[in-house]
Amino acid sequence: MSGLPLLVAAAQAAGVLLAAPWVIGVMRQVHARLQGRVGAGIGQPWRDLRKRMRKQQIRPTGTTVVFLIAPAVIAGSALLVAAVAPLITTESALDPIADLFAVVGLLLIGTVALSLAGLDTGTAFGGMGSSRAIMIAALVEPTLLLAVFALSIPAGSSNLGAIVSTTARDPAQILTVPGALAFVALIIVIVAETGRLPVDNPSTHLELTMIHEAMELEYAGPRLALMEWAGGMRLTVLLALLANLFFPWGIAEPGAGALAVLVAAGAIAAKVAVLACMLAAAEVFMAKLRLFRVPELLAGSFLLALMAVGTSSLLLPAGG
Amino acid sequence: MIPGSSQPSGTTATQSLPKPTSDAAVADRGAAAIVSGALTTAVGAAGIAVGIAALGGSTAVGHVDWLFPLVGVDWRLTGLGGFFALLTGAVALAAGCYTVGYARAERIGRFPLAMLPLFAAALVAVPLAGSVPTFLLAWELMAATSTVLVLADHRRAAVRVAGLQYAVLTHLSYAAILVGLLLLAAVAKTADLGALTGAAASLPAGTRTVVFLACLIGFGTKAGLVPLHAWLPRAHPEAPSPVSALMSAAMVAMGCYGVLLVAVGILGPGPRWWGLLVLLVGIGSAVFGVLHASVTSDLKRLLAYSTTENMGLVMIAVGAAMVLAGSDRPDIAAIAITAALIHLCTHAAFKTLAFLAAGSVLVATGLRDLDRLGGLARPMPATTIGFGIAGLGAAGLPVGAGFVSEWLLLQSLIHYPRGADTVMALVIPLAMGAVALAIGLGVMTMVKAFGVGFLARARSPEAMRAREAPPTMLAGMGIAALACLILGLAPGLLNPAVRAAAADLPFAAVPIGAAMLRLPEGLGSIAPGLLALALVVAIALATVLVRRPTQSRPVERALWACGADTLSPRMQYTATSYAQPLQRVFDPILQPETELRVGTAPQSRYVIQQASYRSRAQDAIERRMYLPVVQGVRTLSSWVRRAHTGSVQLYLAMGGAGLLATLLITR
Repeated sequence: MSGLPLLVAAAQAAGVLLAAPWVIGVMRQVHARLQGRVGAGIGQPWRDLRKRMRKQQIRPTGTTVVFLIAPAVIAGSALLVAAVAPLITTESALDPIADLFAVVGLLLIGTVALSLAGLDTGTAFGGMGSSRAIMIAALVEPTLLLAVFALSIPAGSSNLGAIVSTTARDPAQILTVPGALAFVALIIVIVAETGRLPVDNPSTHLELTMIHEAMELEYAGPRLALMEWAGGMRLTVLLALLANLFFPWGIAEPGAGALAVLVAAGAIAAKVAVLACMLAAAEVFMAKLRLFRVPELLAGSFLLALMAVGTSSLLLPAGG
Repeated sequence: MIPGSSQPSGTTATQSLPKPTSDAAVADRGAAAIVSGALTTAVGAAGIAVGIAALGGSTAVGHVDWLFPLVGVDWRLTGLGGFFALLTGAVALAAGCYTVGYARAERIGRFPLAMLPLFAAALVAVPLAGSVPTFLLAWELMAATSTVLVLADHRRAAVRVAGLQYAVLTHLSYAAILVGLLLLAAVAKTADLGALTGAAASLPAGTRTVVFLACLIGFGTKAGLVPLHAWLPRAHPEAPSPVSALMSAAMVAMGCYGVLLVAVGILGPGPRWWGLLVLLVGIGSAVFGVLHASVTSDLKRLLAYSTTENMGLVMIAVGAAMVLAGSDRPDIAAIAITAALIHLCTHAAFKTLAFLAAGSVLVATGLRDLDRLGGLARPMPATTIGFGIAGLGAAGLPVGAGFVSEWLLLQSLIHYPRGADTVMALVIPLAMGAVALAIGLGVMTMVKAFGVGFLARARSPEAMRAREAPPTMLAGMGIAALACLILGLAPGLLNPAVRAAAADLPFAAVPIGAAMLRLPEGLGSIAPGLLALALVVAIALATVLVRRPTQSRPVERALWACGADTLSPRMQYTATSYAQPLQRVFDPILQPETELRVGTAPQSRYVIQQASYRSRAQDAIERRMYLPVVQGVRTLSSWVRRAHTGSVQLYLAMGGAGLLATLLITR
């Protein structure tokens, strides 16, 4: 194992870590401008984080260690995904972890930690948010798995690096029926997984509709900061993964030099910025779905993903 | 549902429990518990030893003439048998240790305690049987002893219903196996299981099909596969917890052993539709089991449904391997069969641990209903950690025990050869969807069981008074927890066992490295140990990220009560309300039965004094498939009853006529 991939993995994790608050900031700013407000500027999430980190640590009565370590588990799993996913280069230093199933599992560990923390408080809101979040996760996770399966069938591997480099070498194969179906399914999944509109509204604390916020209600200070940071990291990593699964231009192939890696880093930053702006702009024109209409949306995306797998095993030529 | 509570129970285990009156009686029961637990542990250790010997390549064959009249008892050591002997032995070891404390706390009678080591011995004996009669003998011993054990607490009506249903279905399955194996032995003209493998190839196709179907029905019932699962979610929860662990972890695996032994080993490779049928049964079981598990509020029933789910996953792998057995891609079949064998092991580990932890909760609180549990993490830390490890394994999350086998299963489906076969091109995506759905809903199930049952605050006075389990029970859980951790982090240790087991089947196994799973031809690789290590490092980094040197320790503050004075534990979400959004999604399949009781004040019916709401998912298969059968049998028996007039002369006349008819036919 050479030094460069390890360095790249560290750079990916650090990049996602640093960029996540800005991604959130950009999305909020796009919202504000499209709604005719001035907005707080894209640096506001960073300022919020700094403020929260200086505050006192709180431990609500009756909570267990699960509540205390949940933010670190969510952030840690997101960091690990950022380190192993093919964001800058298709060659991962931790190749045996850069497996599709492992990455989905890692993201799910974060969701599980958050849901357990919500339940651990023993409040009505915590349980409510947890119950809703886990219902969505239980439907999102199969879709996510299936959608990327559909992409892994042409690559003949469930290794994310292999999938991305197959697409990079032959971009035409993404413009197929399975590719298009998987793309739509993945977008719905990412919107649901990161709690964006129309599934959940990240900017409100409306009692009866909130999902993600309900689980964090009891957090304050540094732990709340870590929780929000982790939410941003998950969104950033998923957007970056979406970008590279379907538009892998600019990504560094194995054995690439330092210049290619720099170009790739710039490319992924630009792609994530564009995707974040598009997502934010789309959100402005959308209303939140009623909670019990959300499963219909997710069932639809599950069906799309299933069809993507079905068509790719029926339509694509044999091999792999 | 078989309405058995109103009828006298057919299987009688009417051993009256001695009343706990004197100290002598209590001490006596303590001694019985120690003897029974020690014997079960010894049987388990013996099973492990024999299993390891068989896996090590020992192929001894033996015959004990005096043990059973006419045919004697044949035993043989094979890789496949050794694998299952090792598995059941390990479960018995943990369950035996646990029984010592559990039997004393739950006051289990002497007769069931005497049956427990016998049950464990039968479980170990089944995979070591060398001939058809010995196999059937051990199988029936397993069925009979487990029936007695299910009925251990026979004073409760629910136990009697469960016991009756279990007795009926287990003996129907026995009848199916009996027909299948006897037909096989009669046509092949040998009863030796080793010789049958060679002889079966020359059998006529019709016979092979009948034997296959009979065995799939018989063994499938034992494995709790849909639609023959109905006994499982009733009998497993009602049995004493160490017995639940033995049944749910080891006995269902015997069903899989039967399928592997007969359908894959002796008869295989069969026509393609055999594998397809097994695959479809697996898909149905996985989805049906996990759906019911996700909405059930009874902790042990939830685990029982999860067993159906996991056996479904195993059958998906076995079915995929069977379809590929005769094809030109033996490497994919090898991945699938490896996934099946490893999943059986990991399922045994985490399900044993989960049932033992549920048993500790039962001892501490007397409750299985998640809606009334909660807050057990503080009084019962060891049990909570144990259930957490089991839940992580059952959810199939990375670091957990179930991750590697589910990864292998998905790999075998991803790499499934495409092209020529249109049916498989439709079925394989369906199987992938089923596995993905099972994982997603499985996560939800385990979050619910762990979060509602062990975290938050106690929802009832019983849960508030909970105390940690005694040391012997903790030791039993410790053994199972250790197995879970080892299997989750270093599944490569199973490599020799899986390889030896697969050598008895028409497959090779995929070699698994000790730390790293690398599929042949670069099809994929995963390192569960490295993954766990990287995750721990990442979590540590994240913790450091927000830590400041000047930071003080967290201060304890009251929860936000939305402006109210206090939060009562009744304001929390319960297991039922937790699963309600999901139940709503799957409403048409689950067909929940809701019950709303409103108590109004005597002055006015508009003043509501109390309200209770209860929602339970119904087993649609049980209602649609079993009730008509039960109804049919009742109608038939009411016809037969017309002959029962009570007149002795008529009975004598009928007896005479019957005898004459027999003589005429046999002349």
